[in-house]
Amino acid sequence: MEDYLSLFETYDVLAAFWVNIQLSFWAAICALIIGTVLALFRISPIPSLQWFGAAYVNIFRNTPLTIILAFGFLGLFSVMQISLAADLNASLFRIAIVGLSVYHAAFVCEAIRSGVNTVPLGQAEAARAIGLSFLPAARLIILPQAFRGAIAPLGNVLIALIKNSTVAAAGSVATEASSLMKTMIEFRSDLVIPIFLTFALGFVILVIPIGLLTTWASRKLAVAR
Amino acid sequence: MTSEPQPTTPASSGSPLVSLRNVNKHFGDLHVLRDINLEVGRGEVVVVIGPSGSGKSTLCRAINRLETIDDGEIAIDGKVLPAEGKALAKLRADVGMVFQSFNLFAHKSILENVTLGPIKVRGMKGGEAKELAMSLLKRVGVDNQAQKLPAQLSGGQQQRVAIARALAMKPKVMLFDEPTSALDPEMINEVLDAMVALAKEGMTMIVVTHEMGFARRAADRVIFMADGQIMEEATPEEFFTNPQSDRAKDFLGKILSH
Repeated sequence: MEDYLSLFETYDVLAAFWVNIQLSFWAAICALIIGTVLALFRISPIPSLQWFGAAYVNIFRNTPLTIILAFGFLGLFSVMQISLAADLNASLFRIAIVGLSVYHAAFVCEAIRSGVNTVPLGQAEAARAIGLSFLPAARLIILPQAFRGAIAPLGNVLIALIKNSTVAAAGSVATEASSLMKTMIEFRSDLVIPIFLTFALGFVILVIPIGLLTTWASRKLAVAR
Repeated sequence: MTSEPQPTTPASSGSPLVSLRNVNKHFGDLHVLRDINLEVGRGEVVVVIGPSGSGKSTLCRAINRLETIDDGEIAIDGKVLPAEGKALAKLRADVGMVFQSFNLFAHKSILENVTLGPIKVRGMKGGEAKELAMSLLKRVGVDNQAQKLPAQLSGGQQQRVAIARALAMKPKVMLFDEPTSALDPEMINEVLDAMVALAKEGMTMIVVTHEMGFARRAADRVIFMADGQIMEEATPEEFFTNPQSDRAKDFLGKILSH
């Protein structure tokens, strides 16, 4: 037991989790914005935008996240020398956020589209009938109802995103939790199982409230019909 | 198709407010609208009746282009319906539509349902829109429900709100697509009364309905459709007492016999 507790003096586990929380937070916001725009493309009356939305979703949803994040580090950063900050670590951190965002945006788009499917066609027809064109109708009538119908699937995307933030290791963000776990296991092979369990528990604690919150919110905010 | 010169300016004279010329539409193999020619004058109330599947709802929805047509021409106040886009949205704002299933915006209060169009489409100020909305809600008798959500109202109340929502746009013509078909029997009259009042005030109306009582009370003209065609056009009196076509006789026999 003392051995186990001494781990926390040597390694800053909380700081590592904090990196994952920050990655997830920024990536969630960016993915929500990109995913909403993509969903708008997919439901828009303009074929080229529909095509772009569908192509984006199919490319990013079907590419492993590890490859996207490794490409961010090796392709964008190392080869193309695209740097998003003066500091090396900050730059890698931001590139990882970009990678996580573009990947999860595809899932956000599909979650919102499933929300759009919960909105009866008559709502869009009524919006058009009073003279709203596509964008105002989407913004005022369709999307507000679609988001409320998409809370549960969006929650699932957020949960996946938090866990997937560990893949940032593939983008050389070495300060995040799974990288620290690897280091700890390397140096304390006597405590492999407690170390595993510590990190597993950490993510469970992070994720459980989100599941509870989205279940509650999707009931509370459901649109009465 | 005939290519007569098309009046482009709305004349206060006898030019029709709504005109359909040689309109055709197919759903796959089904020819739902066959060479429809129809003119509706200002202040006229036209009731469209006919058996299910006769194309009457499609006709009504085609007039504000919720259904596209394959060929022919539909014009409102001399302006031919444009393709999807800003111009069409502008034209739709002048055409009120009341749906069978009400289609009130489910996430907005009754008041917001009515003020949304005036504020977002007409650019009206919030206070002014609210005043207009409350007076319209009062007119249809649901002003005491203004703060509720649509789901909290009865079907009859929701449909009257839908009429108020359409009127808030100050439309040139109102389309009713089977406005009472989804209502419980005891609620039908409250909606019909609101419609009769509207007709008496001189609103131009095209009403698809199965309510023969309404046709008798409020219609200037009855149009009988079957198999995508206009079979008969007459005053209500003429149509109900002396239908000409066999289809109309058969239809009236079925619905008026009990």
